[in-house]
Amino acid sequence: MPAAAAIAVLVLGPLLAGAAALVAPRAGRWLGLGTAGASLWAAVALARHVLASGVIRHRVAGWGAPLGIELRADGLAAFMLLVVALVGTAVTVYAQHYFRPSACREKHHAPSAERWFWPLWLSAWTALNALFLGADVFNLYVTLELLGFAAAALVALAGGRAALAAALRYFLVGLAGSLLYLMGVALAYASTGTVDLSLLAQRFEAGPASLAALALMTVGLLAKGALLPLHFWLPPAHADAPTPVSAALSALVVKASFVILARLWLEAFAPVASPAAAQALGALGAAAVLWGGAQALRQARLKMVVAYSTVAQIGYLYLLFPLALQRPDNRGAWTGAMLFVAAHALAKTAMFFAAGNVLHGAGHDRLRDLDGLTHALPLSIAAFGLAGASLVGLPPSGGFVAKWLLLGAGLTQGQWWWVLLLAAGTLVGATYIMRVLTHAFTRFEEDPVPCPVSLLGEGTALGLALAAVLLGLGAGWPAELLQVGAPVAGPLLPGGIAP
Amino acid sequence: MPELDPRPYLVAGAALLALGLWGVAALPHVVRKILAVNLMGTGVFLVLVATAARTPGEVPDPVPHAMVLTGIVVSVCATALALALAQRLQESGGGLELDGRGKEAAGPAPAPDPECGEPSCRGGREGAS
Repeated sequence: MPAAAAIAVLVLGPLLAGAAALVAPRAGRWLGLGTAGASLWAAVALARHVLASGVIRHRVAGWGAPLGIELRADGLAAFMLLVVALVGTAVTVYAQHYFRPSACREKHHAPSAERWFWPLWLSAWTALNALFLGADVFNLYVTLELLGFAAAALVALAGGRAALAAALRYFLVGLAGSLLYLMGVALAYASTGTVDLSLLAQRFEAGPASLAALALMTVGLLAKGALLPLHFWLPPAHADAPTPVSAALSALVVKASFVILARLWLEAFAPVASPAAAQALGALGAAAVLWGGAQALRQARLKMVVAYSTVAQIGYLYLLFPLALQRPDNRGAWTGAMLFVAAHALAKTAMFFAAGNVLHGAGHDRLRDLDGLTHALPLSIAAFGLAGASLVGLPPSGGFVAKWLLLGAGLTQGQWWWVLLLAAGTLVGATYIMRVLTHAFTRFEEDPVPCPVSLLGEGTALGLALAAVLLGLGAGWPAELLQVGAPVAGPLLPGGIAP
Repeated sequence: MPELDPRPYLVAGAALLALGLWGVAALPHVVRKILAVNLMGTGVFLVLVATAARTPGEVPDPVPHAMVLTGIVVSVCATALALALAQRLQESGGGLELDGRGKEAAGPAPAPDPECGEPSCRGGREGAS
């Protein structure tokens, strides 16, 4: 498949399928599966092109900047498109199980939920793909808004006042964040005359306008990306949403803002991004790791534990800024943070699926009443445990490789405080995962699960958890992909040879 | 034709953005929050339109104008979706107030769930699907 065709399939495929699902609601699940297959194929094809021939630029319909839209596939874009295709496929497959009528338990979400799920989920998929391919800051604003619209509506599908309130708050915080970001875009354009990410880097000069632009865009994206202290909307939105939606939001949607921030700080605004501000971002990340972990320990419901775990895990990503902006040898930090994105996406999807299976099987997800679940839902609990191992960072999982690279970057740069944080955060993470597993493994006389969960539901969770663990063994290829066109230098590991 | 100084518009736009941001964060009523977001948008659009006039004597830069048009379309759609969600929220009972910190999601549950009977397991609603 030529690169241009792969880009067209990735951006237009889910959009057309979503529109078709709106017109033909009965075909929704088939359109979803078709999109999943096409996206996987196109994402792999694009990644191979990028590895073979470097960064690919594509002018949509032959119109270039400034009035046309340019798309750019570099290593990071191709990597994120692969993650979206993998997690998106899993969400699509799990939704087949989730919306299937159950003879055992009466459906509580609105009967129309599946009808609206497919168009909304497919448009969210389009927005994600277009966002990671975005080459200019204004186009990124548009894709962020598209993503926010679809995501808020998806949360509201759960019905009920709690989910509606969570969806509305999520949407309003997202809108406020987008508008702050857009104000930053306006200032950046006013002071440089361009919105193109790579041209911004060439034309920027340190000054009040460029600093204000970076500050506004950063605050807006932190709100959308749920970094402490702007995380308050996340746990209710992610925990109250339907399970496939929870997984997509935690795995993919919050990462979109982080990837844009990484592009802004390391690429477009690199001349004005100060080391002190980078340390401050890292400190917020550290606070998120510890506070989110502590909150995860205190939750009574499994889905809330998983949602607060996202608040904590997002924090590690922001260690990229202090570790990659201080010194030029930042390849390890860059690769570690981006592998962390993928490892967390796979593991968190598996955990939400496992939690959804528990909800379906037991009818609730109160931790203290989950005793003996290993007998009833062995595959789901195994998936939760394996995903937890990757989240904590046990070798050979993807989480381990990512943390190892961040650890190496912290040690070589003499920023020992982040090494301490990684250790402390890992301990907290292990504690809240073990707390769930302890409940699940406790012996119990009665059968705690009155409703069977389909093999599809349990199998998807386990498959994703295995993928999270295996990512660590196959991290070489993604690490190589991530270097293409990346604003980094130096060796991958301390003492290693620069490729 | 006398040249217009864009600076007062930039200041006014920034002030509207700040006022709107305060409204979204501080006002509990949903409709006020939606209005506040629109105020933020107006501030951004004002700044964008004003930056287009930065070269005196020449035609204004069309790119910020194109951005404002896109922004207005996004803003209209966002208002519609937010109002639709607000209407559903009102229909679900309990008024149109949102507190700032997501407390009602963990607070008093809506109708008691027959299978559960206590507020802590609202999740059961979803698990039943």
